[in-house]
Amino acid sequence: MAKKINTNSESYLKMYSQMVKIRSFEDQANQLYLDAKMPGLTHMYSGEEAVAVGICEALTVKDKITSTHRGHGHCVAKGAELKQMFCELLGKEEGYCRGKGGSMHIADQSNGNLGANAIVGGSMGIATGSALRAKLNGDSDVTVCFFGDGATAQGLLYEVMNMAALWNLPVIYACENNGYSEYTATDEIAAGDILDRARAFGIEAHKVDGQDVLAINKLATDLVARARKGEGPFFIELITYRYHGHHVGDINRTYYRSKEEEEDWKKNKDPIKILGDWLVSEKIASDDELQIIRDDIAAEAHVAVQYALEASYPNSNEVDMHVYMETN
Amino acid sequence: MRSITLSQAVNEAIAEEMRLDSSVFLIGEDVAEAGTPFKITTGLVEEFGTERVIDTPISEPGFMGLAVGAAMTGSRPIVDIMFGDFLFLIMDQLCNQAAKAHYMSGGKLNVPLVVRTNLGATRRSAAQHSQSLHALVSHIPGLKVAMPSSAYEAKGLLKTAIRDDNPVVIFEDKLMYQDKADVPEDEYLIPFGEAAVLQEGNQVTLIGTSSMRQVCEEAALILSDEKISVEIIDPRTLVPLDEKTILNSAKKTGRVIVVDEGHQNFGVTAEIASRISEKAFYYLDAPVIRMGAMDVPVPFSPVLEDLTVPTAEKVASNARKIVAGELVHEL
Repeated sequence: MAKKINTNSESYLKMYSQMVKIRSFEDQANQLYLDAKMPGLTHMYSGEEAVAVGICEALTVKDKITSTHRGHGHCVAKGAELKQMFCELLGKEEGYCRGKGGSMHIADQSNGNLGANAIVGGSMGIATGSALRAKLNGDSDVTVCFFGDGATAQGLLYEVMNMAALWNLPVIYACENNGYSEYTATDEIAAGDILDRARAFGIEAHKVDGQDVLAINKLATDLVARARKGEGPFFIELITYRYHGHHVGDINRTYYRSKEEEEDWKKNKDPIKILGDWLVSEKIASDDELQIIRDDIAAEAHVAVQYALEASYPNSNEVDMHVYMETN
Repeated sequence: MRSITLSQAVNEAIAEEMRLDSSVFLIGEDVAEAGTPFKITTGLVEEFGTERVIDTPISEPGFMGLAVGAAMTGSRPIVDIMFGDFLFLIMDQLCNQAAKAHYMSGGKLNVPLVVRTNLGATRRSAAQHSQSLHALVSHIPGLKVAMPSSAYEAKGLLKTAIRDDNPVVIFEDKLMYQDKADVPEDEYLIPFGEAAVLQEGNQVTLIGTSSMRQVCEEAALILSDEKISVEIIDPRTLVPLDEKTILNSAKKTGRVIVVDEGHQNFGVTAEIASRISEKAFYYLDAPVIRMGAMDVPVPFSPVLEDLTVPTAEKVASNARKIVAGELVHEL
């Protein structure tokens, strides 16, 4: 665990709450799938909460992120409301995308979330382009591009890192290395060191424990400040783990990883537990207080999901709305 | 009125819009000092600087992706794709990202960008620098597609494209860059979805996109000697398509030939012909004839390449047949 980075107990508790919020959201989403109440599939972020929260807590609302098919965590961490997220998962009118995007396409521009993306690696250009716009306009915002270890196999990453480095763009590439590229161990699909991919372009690259939200937040805070000053781009590899399979339907997965491995991460490297233990040891919060936080957020998620279950579907006349934007 | 080349018309459209709107920038390979291999953007970097006329590495998916992200956050990029054939390289960013962002986000995001590229064979450039791939992008909801047929259309359509709040792909015929046309000095825009009726007639309608408009005009000259009355329509944009003008003409003449330089199979000619057949069938005196490029990769040898594209003589021959009530295709 990183050293105490400041004396702001509130920010530690916020990070704790945000991680719990993501976990609660995912628990409810998984249950929706198990109860056959959700159309389609979804990809759980559980286990990786420290990555999204550690980074997004270093950002302002004007800073941008791009997200992935495993995007609920980024969305919550960047400030989204659970009700509108559940509505989107269920294809309801009040969803962030009026039910047109679903789990893999939630966009929340008001909080700077340029959207989840169902093409692995598909948002790397978007994130880098957002940073190009910031540089051209003299805007001070920074863009964080979240992607997984699997996406490092996409050529687009190398094209955009090259341009970001050539033009010193304010973008941070955040590689969530959860050890698995869909149903295949990352060792089997990635040659060499992931950090060396960024270093080849002269991009400063860091590896950080993806379960240690304070360490992530400290690094991200530093890199975001430097990117704002024109010192970007940067690359971070965050070593993390996904508790569920590739998606909620990927239940029998012992052919690619053992139950013992999963139990070890859940028991010994859980990001919420790690921060909770530290908060207690530092006397920032008691076990009871943390329990209350978890219970309150679980109740909030429950209310949100019930709301979404009862919410209306879009009217059929919306099916051909938003194909094109009307130009005035 | 002054006459300028299609290349100058494109250059003027970009410069005018960049002067009007500081969020417009140009990005692509060799667009700055080189002015592109076709010398279309020459002079822009001197006026607008390298911040707004951006030379990129040879990374089409990469800079297309950058344009999507910049557009999503407030810029209006013009992306230069040096050859239409390279559209295949940017398909994910164009069709999965740019085209769908507005819809998938329920209207929250939008991607106001222009992809400027080209089409057209017979430049002796073989199969990877000669394709006309506009049908491919016309198939994707969320994209608009413009097909200028002269310098006049090139300027007016490009200015409209830059101001549009959606992703637009505009195809210029690379063989027409030095062709001149009358272009007003004063500002003008050509709205999308409005076809041009270039010549009125009552026996046969020739619909020609891009440079196939000229092929139709040449065919009409041949046919005028034979006293065959020809109507010529240039759709100008494929998406949106001015179906009304096309159907009205089909109803009037009862005979239509659709001429387009894309491959004939599953192409623009097929789409337009089927709309006419569906919606104006009872007015027709002959089957709607499709004339696209041959369904072969574009060959290099001039002797072979010239066989692959519609020509005025072939268009006139087919028009002559359908006006005479003869079959173009054996039963």
